[in-house]
Amino acid sequence: MGYVLEVRNITKRFGGLVAVNDVSMGVQAGEVVGLLGDNGAGKSTLIKVISGVYKADAGKILFMDKEVQIDSPMDALAMGIETIYQDLALAENLNTPANIFLGREKMKKALGFLNVLDHAYMQKESSKILEKLDILIPSLRNRIRALSGGQRQAVAISRSIYWDAKFLIMDEPTAALGVAEQKKVISTINLLKSHGIGIIVISHQMHDIFQVADRMIIMRRGEKVAELVTKNTNADEVVSLIVGAETVTK
Amino acid sequence: MARAGGFTTLIGQRWAMLFLLIELVFFSFLGGGFFTMNGFQIVLFYSTTLALLATAETFVIVTGGIDLSVGFVMGFASVVSAKLAVRFDSLGLAPELSILFAVLVTLAIGLLPGFVNGVLVARLKVPPFLATFAVQGITYGTSLIITQGSAAINVPNLANVIGNSYFIHLVPGRGIWFFTRPEAARGADVIDIIPTMVVVTVLVIAVASFLLKRTRFGRHTYAIGGNIDAALRAGINTRRHLVVIYVLSSLFATLSGIIYMLEYVSGKADAGSSFMLDSVVAVVIGGASLFGGVGTIWRTILGVLILSVLEMGLKMMGVQTFDKYIAVGIILIFAVLIDQFFPEMIHKED
Amino acid sequence: MGDKALAMKGGREKASVFSVLARNWSFFFLVLTVVIFSFTGKNFFALNNFQSIIHLATTALLLACAETFVIITGGVDLSVGFVLGLSAVASASTMQLLYAAHWSAPASVLVGIVVGIAASLACGLVAGVMIARFKVPPFIATLGTMGIAIGVSYHICGGFPIGYLPPGLTDIGNMYVLYVHPASGAWSFFARPASIAANQIKELVRIAPISFILIFVFLLLLWHLLKNTRFGQHTYAIGGSMDASVRAGINTRRHLILIYVLSTFLAGLAGIVDLFQSGTGNFTTFGAQLELFAIAAVIIGGASLMGGKGRILASAVGVLLLKVLENGLNLSGVQPFYRYIAVGLILIVAVVIDQLFPDLF
Ligand SMILES: Nc1ncnc2c1ncn2[C@@H]1O[C@H](COP(=O)(O)OP(=O)(O)O)[C@@H](O)[C@H]1O
Ligand SMILES: [Mg+2]
Repeated sequence: MGYVLEVRNITKRFGGLVAVNDVSMGVQAGEVVGLLGDNGAGKSTLIKVISGVYKADAGKILFMDKEVQIDSPMDALAMGIETIYQDLALAENLNTPANIFLGREKMKKALGFLNVLDHAYMQKESSKILEKLDILIPSLRNRIRALSGGQRQAVAISRSIYWDAKFLIMDEPTAALGVAEQKKVISTINLLKSHGIGIIVISHQMHDIFQVADRMIIMRRGEKVAELVTKNTNADEVVSLIVGAETVTK
Repeated sequence: MARAGGFTTLIGQRWAMLFLLIELVFFSFLGGGFFTMNGFQIVLFYSTTLALLATAETFVIVTGGIDLSVGFVMGFASVVSAKLAVRFDSLGLAPELSILFAVLVTLAIGLLPGFVNGVLVARLKVPPFLATFAVQGITYGTSLIITQGSAAINVPNLANVIGNSYFIHLVPGRGIWFFTRPEAARGADVIDIIPTMVVVTVLVIAVASFLLKRTRFGRHTYAIGGNIDAALRAGINTRRHLVVIYVLSSLFATLSGIIYMLEYVSGKADAGSSFMLDSVVAVVIGGASLFGGVGTIWRTILGVLILSVLEMGLKMMGVQTFDKYIAVGIILIFAVLIDQFFPEMIHKED
Repeated sequence: MGDKALAMKGGREKASVFSVLARNWSFFFLVLTVVIFSFTGKNFFALNNFQSIIHLATTALLLACAETFVIITGGVDLSVGFVLGLSAVASASTMQLLYAAHWSAPASVLVGIVVGIAASLACGLVAGVMIARFKVPPFIATLGTMGIAIGVSYHICGGFPIGYLPPGLTDIGNMYVLYVHPASGAWSFFARPASIAANQIKELVRIAPISFILIFVFLLLLWHLLKNTRFGQHTYAIGGSMDASVRAGINTRRHLILIYVLSTFLAGLAGIVDLFQSGTGNFTTFGAQLELFAIAAVIIGGASLMGGKGRILASAVGVLLLKVLENGLNLSGVQPFYRYIAVGLILIVAVVIDQLFPDLF
């Protein structure tokens, strides 16, 4: 089918509650899919299954057309499936390069035998990737705590891209940002798309989704209720699907 | 959420009670003279000071804080009350009045360390661990300066009479006396029942428990420990509340020091030094969480009894008491592990 | 984002004189106290006194290093003070036993050290597993191992210092690097010059106690570990955000266990140092509160109990500040009781500074 990532018939239960019920979907390279639904619809649970936080009770995951086993976040990262969580998961007491390289630090030999962190290299690489993504961060040596929400978001995105993300999942990327920063994130997503990365974006901001998504998948009470092509639909239709005023299947 | 059945639930909820029972049975069979009325009374008498400190600690821990200063506030209070009693006595006051004034003035002074703790924690946002450690140092230093490093002695003997009196004195065949040991019965077998200080302590604890469980103040204390932001948004004056909590903690510790002074007829700067951590341990064994929001006074008292039965039981068995620490360490870890494995069982609202 | 205001907001604050001062206030405060005590303290400003302050601070420095690592991860280790005592009595009693069984002195000492350190590591391992695997709060877990350490060490020594050890421990522990005899110009390393008779010992100038070397090596090593290695970087990361560290693929469980093992290793080492310096196996007394003073020193050095920050050298400054204070007040004729008050006040100053200027460190 040419999907980078595809899930088939995923079901995830929490005790008696069916959080995700028999959902199938796929994302192509260079495509952005918006995942929409009311609170509790099962969006976060679905992406947590993909990123290895939860294990599905039924269904399978295909990555590059091959069935894969994702048992932990590490498995997902190793394949190139990166997730940017709403809380970003940055160590706020460390600076930008330290966060981009967190857990995968570059070492060098000092005095010929001492293995030490290669701060210079990590800094150089970090500024390269930020430049590539057209992101401006005044001083890389600032701790994350001193950065704005948008800058933090940018650091999180840069980290995924630097580590060769083939597939990116973003949970509410614009939720906590000011208007200017939201715009910047949207343009970053479009840039990533042009690099051939498959992306799932969860958002409550209808406006954002219409700007970036090629397709939309709408969930309600754990089920996928619709799959729409962005240019063939409009906000009214999407909203009524989300709240369940009518059921349209494509 | 589904609840695991029968046995594990029972263990999860009642292990502390169960443990205390096991201790009692164990020492009753093995301890020299443990299973006698006197044996039990000694344990209770010994528990009074720790019970008050642990009560103090419970209030603080329920808010999610910790008070490392209680042990030394207790020592401070014992020193101050002893010195004051001596002072008033030497001014020619009647012993009753000397002791009464000493107690009242000490209670007033005892609010001070708590107030400083509270202001540091609530106003200046100093972590409770550090604020109360700093205040601990300051009160300890002050008590040492007051006593010049030795014990405060020469307290009027009335203190002894009060501190070591029993509620009821029974002389078989001759009658019953309250509070004072019958002079007439000297030489005869007097059965002493219920140390007065135990009665006082139980009353104070009952009031504390009422405060925490039944009043709005208590509700707010749990609310702050559960989620301070939510408490703030619900309109609770969290800052003032926290200051009051630390003052209250200091007050209970001060009471504990005063009782120590009455029981031991002296004051010592380090009277409570070994209780500082014991009080935290008792609260944790009682099922409270250091993250706040959970814990009750009666459960804490259960923890206190577990510790003092252990200590006294070992002592009466002739075992070196420092083995107590190994046991305490293990019980503590055990308590927290149970807490981890059966959280919903212990933290169920009762 | 290209917005100027935004860029300004993210801009690195210039290292103003003020921020340098505030960031290193404990160091300047240390210098200030040294200056003041030099005027007020009898014999305070003397080579011997300075050397002895640092020499006697060795164990406290090791404990503070231990707490620095733990505190950076957002934990706390209450056991270190009593692990120090456990290590001292465990190794001393082993030495005593083996030496009495006609082992050679060096062999008994070596085995003794190994036993002491092993006992310490066991405490850290237990605490670390509780904390990392079972999510027991560090305060409680280390309080538990502290209880066990107290009990076991009192059990070993029965509440009395352990003597009758192989000879020569204090000779090593209190040795100086350089001995100079100014009158004759004779000098030598590690032992008094052969040409100097016993009755001339008083005239010798001793420079650099052997403990300086130990302190220097360990501060350097631990500084390097924290600053330049992956281990150090992950220590900060875990303290900054456990979540971020887990998702970045750091094996946080193993790391935390290692941290607590490292902490008790340093505490155990401190016990051995104490054994060599005093010549007896001393248990830790209750009032000592070694762990609390170590924590205080680390906080004075600018670390936060919330985790994520702390510096080895700053912690060392914190220790020296407390030790200089103790020594200087004493030599100035102030009653020793005031020390507790002084420590409390400085601690409050430290934390309030941290609260007022959270971004300095
Ligand atoms: N760890 C969990 N345990 C139990 N129930 C959960 C858990 N995570 C999510 N749920 C439930 O699953 C449903 C879907 O949640 P979620 O995927 O977070 O929805 P969304 O992200 O669309 O708002 C909700 O009813 C939620 O309460
Ligand atoms: Mg969600």
